[in-house]
Amino acid sequence: MLDFNAVVPSIPYILKGIGVTLQIVLGATIMGMVLGILLALCKIGKVTVLRIIADFYTSIFRGTPLVLQLMIIYYAIPQLFDINIDPMPAAILAFGLNSGAYISEIIRGGINAVDKGQQEASLALGIPYAKMMKDIILPQAMKNIMPALMNEFITLNKESAIVTVIGALDIMRRAYVVGGSNYHYLEALMIAGVIYYIMTLILTFLGKKLEKRMSRSD
Amino acid sequence: MIKVENLHKSFGKNEVLKGISTVIKEKEVIAIIGPSGSGKSTFLRCINLLEEPTNGVITIGKDIVTDKRTNIMKVRENVGMVFQHFYLFPHKTVLENITYAPRNVQGISKTEANAKADELLRQVGLYEKRDAYPNRLSGGQKQRVAIARALAMNPSVMLFDEPTSALDPEMVKEVLAVMKSLADSGMTMIIVTHEMNFAREVADRILFLDGGQLVEDTPPAQFFTEPKSARAKEFLEKVL
Ligand SMILES: Nc1ncnc2c1ncn2[C@@H]1O[C@H](COP(=O)(O)OP(=O)(O)O)[C@@H](O)[C@H]1O
Ligand SMILES: [Mg+2]
Repeated sequence: MLDFNAVVPSIPYILKGIGVTLQIVLGATIMGMVLGILLALCKIGKVTVLRIIADFYTSIFRGTPLVLQLMIIYYAIPQLFDINIDPMPAAILAFGLNSGAYISEIIRGGINAVDKGQQEASLALGIPYAKMMKDIILPQAMKNIMPALMNEFITLNKESAIVTVIGALDIMRRAYVVGGSNYHYLEALMIAGVIYYIMTLILTFLGKKLEKRMSRSD
Repeated sequence: MIKVENLHKSFGKNEVLKGISTVIKEKEVIAIIGPSGSGKSTFLRCINLLEEPTNGVITIGKDIVTDKRTNIMKVRENVGMVFQHFYLFPHKTVLENITYAPRNVQGISKTEANAKADELLRQVGLYEKRDAYPNRLSGGQKQRVAIARALAMNPSVMLFDEPTSALDPEMVKEVLAVMKSLADSGMTMIIVTHEMNFAREVADRILFLDGGQLVEDTPPAQFFTEPKSARAKEFLEKVL
C-alpha cells in the first residue's frame, strides 16, 4: 500500500535536490549554448577542417548514450589525468558537451532559416562577417529557435536525473536514498516525479513568456 | 566613375554574362532593362561583388573592384544597394536599421548617426516611423527605409534591383518619387527596372540586356521610339 506518511519527513531533503538539478541544468545550458554557437558557426563556415571537426563532434555525442558519456567523464578523467573530479562538475561537463552537440544542430537550422537576403543586405552595407553574425543573423536565428531551445532545456532538466549513477545528490538521487532508507521507494519516487513535472510546467511557462517577449518585432 | 570591361559571369556551365563593357559617369542615371533571366541582377551584383565575376575588370573610382588586393568591404561602403524585397533587419527599428552600418562599420557616433538618419527619414517622408519595427510598415515604406539605410553610408553610387517589383501598384509611385529626387540631387544610379515610364523620364541611358549580352546602350528617347536592335524592338512590343 502507499504510505506517504513514511516519506513526508524526508520531503525537504528531496526538495534540496532542486537546487542541485538546476545547477547542473543551468551550468550545462550555458556551456551548451556557447559550445553550440561555436560549433554551428564552424558548420556553416567556409573552413573545411572546422566543419569536419564540428560534424564529427556532433555525430559522436548524438550517436552514443548520454549515460555512457557521463560515466566516461566521471571515471576516465581521474584515470587519465590523475585528478579527481566531483560528481557535480562531471555532470555539468557531460551535459554541457552533450547538449552543445544538440544545440549546435538547432542553431545551424535556425541560421539557415534566416532569409539569405539578410546576409546580402549586410554584405552590401560593408558589415564584417563577425558583426553580421552577432548583430543581424544570430538574433533572428535565436528567435526562430526559441521553442526548440526551450525544448532542449526541458529535456535536459528531466534527463539530468541520470546523474544519479555517479552519485550527484540531485532530486532523483535523493528520492532514491529516501526510498532505500525506509523501503518506500514508490512514494519517494512519486514525489520526485511530481517535482520534475512541476519544474517542467514552470519552465514551459517561462519559455512561452520569453518567446512572446522576443517576438515583439513581429 | 564606374568602368566595366569585358565582364563575364558563369554559374557552373551556365554563362550568364557574356562579356559586358560599359562606362558609367558620375551623376549618370542608368536604367537596365531586359527580359527575365537576361542577367540584369547578376550584372548589378557583380558591381559590388555580391557575385564574383568569372572574368573581366570592374573599376569604381580609383578602386579596381575585381583586384584581389582591393578591400571589398571598403568598396561596398561606397556602393549602396536596394533590393526588390527590401531586406530590412526585422529585429531592429527603422532608426536602428539606418544607423547600424554607419555606427558599426564607419564608427560614427550615435548622436551623429541619429541626426543623419532623421534627416534621411524626412527626405523619404518617414520621420514619424523612426521608432517602428519594419513589420509595421507597408511595402512602399519599407523600400523607402531601405533607400535611406543605403544612403546613410554616403555612397557615391546607388544600385537598385527592381525596387518596385514587389510593391502594390499604389505604392510604386512613392518609391519612384524618392528615386527621382535622388537622381535630381545628382546621385549616380544604376537601376534595374520594369517601370518603362520611369526609365524614359529619369534615365540618361538605357542598357538593354538580353541573353547575357549588352544589346543596346542608348538614350531613352531613342530607345523607346526607335531601338536599334530587333531584340529590343521585340521586347518593347511585349511590355509597352
Ligand atoms: N546564384 C545563382 N546560381 C545559379 N544560377 C544563377 C544564380 N543567380 C542567377 N542565376 C541564373 O542566371 C541567369 C540570370 O539571372 P539574373 O541575373 O537574376 O536575371 P535577371 O535579373 O535579368 O532576371 C538566370 O538563368 C538564373 O537562373
Ligand atoms: Mg533580377
